[in-house]
Amino acid sequence: MKRIALLGMPNTGKSTLFNRITGASARVGNWPGITVDLMSAKILMGGHIAELIDLPGLYDLHGFSDDEQVVRHFLSNNEVDLVMIVLNSSQIDRQLSLALQIRSLDLPTILLLNMQDEAKRSGISIDTEVMSKKLRMPVLQISAKYGDGCPHALKIAALKLSEKVNKVLPDDIAIRLEADNKIEAEMHEIVRNTVQLPLVLADETTDRIDKILLHPLLGLPLFFIAMFLLFQFIFTVGTPLQAGMAWLLAQLRALVLEPLLVNSPSWLNGLLLDGIFNGISTVAAFVPIIIMFFLVMTMVEDSGYLSRAAFLMDAFMAKLGLDGRGFVMMLMGFGCNVPALMGTRVMRSRGMRLLTMLTIPLSLCSARLQVFLFMIAALFTAKQAPWVMFSLYMVSFSTIFLTAIIFKNQFKNKEPFILELPPYRFPTPMQIWLRGWQEVKYFLNRASKFIVFGVVMVWSLTHYPTNVPSASIDTLAGQIGAFFAPILNPIGIDTQLAIALIFGFVAKEIVIGSLAVIYGMQGNALMQHMALSLDWVQGMSFMLFTLIYTPCLSTIATLKTESKSTAFMWLSIAWSLGLAWLVSFIFYQSARAFGF
Amino acid sequence: MNFLSNLNTGDQATIHAIDAEQSLHQRLLALGFRVGKKIELIRRASFNGPLHVRIGSTDVILRASEAKLIQISH
Repeated sequence: MKRIALLGMPNTGKSTLFNRITGASARVGNWPGITVDLMSAKILMGGHIAELIDLPGLYDLHGFSDDEQVVRHFLSNNEVDLVMIVLNSSQIDRQLSLALQIRSLDLPTILLLNMQDEAKRSGISIDTEVMSKKLRMPVLQISAKYGDGCPHALKIAALKLSEKVNKVLPDDIAIRLEADNKIEAEMHEIVRNTVQLPLVLADETTDRIDKILLHPLLGLPLFFIAMFLLFQFIFTVGTPLQAGMAWLLAQLRALVLEPLLVNSPSWLNGLLLDGIFNGISTVAAFVPIIIMFFLVMTMVEDSGYLSRAAFLMDAFMAKLGLDGRGFVMMLMGFGCNVPALMGTRVMRSRGMRLLTMLTIPLSLCSARLQVFLFMIAALFTAKQAPWVMFSLYMVSFSTIFLTAIIFKNQFKNKEPFILELPPYRFPTPMQIWLRGWQEVKYFLNRASKFIVFGVVMVWSLTHYPTNVPSASIDTLAGQIGAFFAPILNPIGIDTQLAIALIFGFVAKEIVIGSLAVIYGMQGNALMQHMALSLDWVQGMSFMLFTLIYTPCLSTIATLKTESKSTAFMWLSIAWSLGLAWLVSFIFYQSARAFGF
Repeated sequence: MNFLSNLNTGDQATIHAIDAEQSLHQRLLALGFRVGKKIELIRRASFNGPLHVRIGSTDVILRASEAKLIQISH
């Protein structure tokens, strides 16, 4: 099988191209010589089955960031049949250095100049024929976003793959990566001969938008208003979808599953329906809202607005020992903490990276969002709901800031803050759809592993021994709850909720799944029952604890691998558990003291 | 001697020298900071926040502490 490496600078649309070529067949895999996972997919190219690997974005093959090292180690340890370089047409004058660096490795290479559309709008024209001769490699202009030029580029890539060439061994690459410095002069020479740059970019739209969005006084308020409106939008559209989904699943149970299982033994019936089905369907009802959430996040992420947020927030973040990028990671953490933690790789100083990684697990991620949406719907009126949700986001931010302030002296750093500000871009529906599909796949993956395991465990614990009422104090679950009662009673968390919290340690999706199992109900019936057995103070205390304590096992595993320190992982777990208890305790006791 | 950190908003200057340690220098080079290039200060963030500069067709934000390492001449 042939192997093709996709390589390019950040913000060049490399991943968009990868998604376009591979459709939705990509998977994450391990590679020799490197410790991080890379996306790859098998594709048919000409007559070959080829494996396409999406390497991390890099500015410089000889740079010192983690991502740059990953690319070097990959090329030094894995045989590659073709390198496809992706560069941004409208910044070709400075990005060409990467193509020259790759060429010096003598690997079969083609150069793809992406964002043809943007370059055209800015009045940049490139003579690809002359450039191709000078570079001694095929040069093609494409638009990964709209697909222009992509089929042709793939045809050229297939031809290049069929050429008979002397293989360059990874060991030779390793040697060649050591030396070269003539690149700069040659780059200038080629740009001078082949590229005509307008003195000022014709596209002034980005400038005009920036004048408003980066306004010294209005910038920050506008940012928060924009975020608030996006969340409003997600919930306004997502809530009816969630209700519809819950109704559909209830129908499925009543009309299909119950008649089907009517003759099965009662324990099996209970395990399948009250255990697995109730658990999973309660969680699955939130899938539409989570998809909505990620679609909106994708749009914001790809639009270039997040780099602006980094610009606006940097002065404040600097006081916390962090920088603007840390703020962006926290926002990404609202989707899922795991990729946000991996995103800290762009930081070079270990102090800043660790401090950022300590704060990210406090970001209110989409899994926790499900728990809150459910609890809020059960315990608060429709009028109160948005404010309760808003206050939970505020608590999330406050705990992040508090954590940074407390630990900033332990993780002192002198990290430089330099960030490219890309022009505003509008992602295409295709791009958004592919991303949404990835999220659904990820959810189904988690559902099949964690959630089924969790709800089966909870069902067993709440139904064993079999001669006592289920979920009562005499069951195993009741015993565990009673054991933790001295710690959890002062924060208003009863035995049933305690079980949900314990399993929530594995993944937050399990929390509402376990509640469904513990109470043996789903959907509206479950919400009504919870409204009767809990008051809002208990519910809020439960939500605060859920918000702050360790998000899930995947996050813990990522913390450990990314920090390469077990001690740091334990610090994060201990800090978040301690803080969660303290915040819930203060809230619960003072609310009770005020007579609520 | 003049530094990028002292440039007025809206003004242009030429990069005269870059006095950064190696890894930072490399990163600046990759973003297009080179001696002899024109650089323009587009805006500054409030509360002493980062600077928004333009080199050729690339927009970059950086803190004043980094901008102090870049010597400019008019």
